[in-house]
Amino acid sequence: MPVTSYSKPVIGATGKTGSWRTFTPKIDYDECSRCRTCWLHCPEAVISLDEDGTPHIDLDYCKGCGCCAEVCPKKCIAMIREGFDEEESP
Amino acid sequence: MKTELMSANYAAARAVMSARVEVVAAYPITPATTIPEQIALLNETGQWPGQFIRVESEHSAMFACTGASSTGARTFTATSSNGLLLMDEALHWAAAARLPIVLANINRSVSPSWNIHVTHDDSMSKATTGWIHFYVSSVDEFYHTIIQAFKLAEDERVLMPVMINADGFVLSHTLSTYDYLEPEEVDKFLPPYKPPHWVMDPENPVSHGNIVFPEYYMEFRYAMHEGTHNALKVYEEVEREYKKLFGKYFGGPIDCYRCDDAEVVFTSQGSVAAEAKDAIDELREEGYKVGNARMRMIRPFPVDRIRELGSRVKGFASFDRSVSYGYGGPVAHDIRATMYNTKHRPIIKSYIGGLGGRDMTVSDIKEVILDTVKAVENGETGPEETWHDLR
Repeated sequence: MPVTSYSKPVIGATGKTGSWRTFTPKIDYDECSRCRTCWLHCPEAVISLDEDGTPHIDLDYCKGCGCCAEVCPKKCIAMIREGFDEEESP
Repeated sequence: MKTELMSANYAAARAVMSARVEVVAAYPITPATTIPEQIALLNETGQWPGQFIRVESEHSAMFACTGASSTGARTFTATSSNGLLLMDEALHWAAAARLPIVLANINRSVSPSWNIHVTHDDSMSKATTGWIHFYVSSVDEFYHTIIQAFKLAEDERVLMPVMINADGFVLSHTLSTYDYLEPEEVDKFLPPYKPPHWVMDPENPVSHGNIVFPEYYMEFRYAMHEGTHNALKVYEEVEREYKKLFGKYFGGPIDCYRCDDAEVVFTSQGSVAAEAKDAIDELREEGYKVGNARMRMIRPFPVDRIRELGSRVKGFASFDRSVSYGYGGPVAHDIRATMYNTKHRPIIKSYIGGLGGRDMTVSDIKEVILDTVKAVENGETGPEETWHDLR
């Protein structure tokens, strides 16, 4: 055991924190303009980009905070409550 | 080594030079102010090549020190009273992060009432933070204990921060001779600090201060306790080496004077403990078998030394320049608790006095010791504590 608590930064050091999520972001790719605003603002850095700027959210670690949906200029990221589908989500 | 005439604060700033401290972050407060002031001056004139960080509060000072120490830099700060109390959160952090920071605390009364003179309440209230606590009695002892403190704190078996307490004005602003060591001389004793465990390094990033839930939190606390405990043994080695190299020895965790055949021993912290030697000499001349046990280290508490003393004396006159309100003298109670688990039952009298800088003269100290001598003769423990010279 070390004398004080520290860890090397590795993916998933605290387990799959996506399990903490209550709302799941869902991107409407037809509307998405590939502006990268969501990628820039994600506090957990779980959004990766394709070469053309298409965002992908890693749901293993996304905690569902909704920052991406809030900052999206096209308002094309929906936050869907876990256990509901898009239509019935409160 | 060369002898110089300076105040304890000026000498402390020279210890920073001698120990090749790399970072100082400090905020001024009377009576500690002239320590950072002198360090800043030595920095400006190129005599001390380290980094001086000007901060906006003592809380920031100690957190800047934890940051600097985390990168592996040898780190120092100085403060007093309310400043030390403002550092509180960071003091706990530094200890649990196992950072060998050295802090010079110039003991000053806590407000209100506003008072810039000595009371030990500021540092005594920090006895449970994990920091190693020293009390010194002379300019020379202050200077050399700061240098020794780095060696002690940086030892892998210890790796805990050290607080060195010196009485406000009585020591901080009083000129006396001390023996200055050039950094090149100290190099033989104190090699550069290399953090043995974690270090803050952008090339090899780690995350520190992580969540540790009930499964392991206690184990980290136990490791801190062990580190502070080890300081007693390690300090013995540090002092032995220091004596060999520089001929300086201040008496271990408890500096005993004429204790060998003593029936009553006076214990105290800080400058009173030096004054007490004169009181002991006078009382010896008057035929009393008394001795002086100058408490240099109160955390870790020198349990074995107290038990050894307690096994052969009839009484302790334990003097605190501090109060644990609603209970009494903090060190007197530590001595009482230490003796409980032995079969020896010396009378342990607790005295409180000298608060707010009220003078404790040789005749005051003699009065305190004679009160315990009388208690031993009568076999009566008397009151729980006695406030000396209370109006």
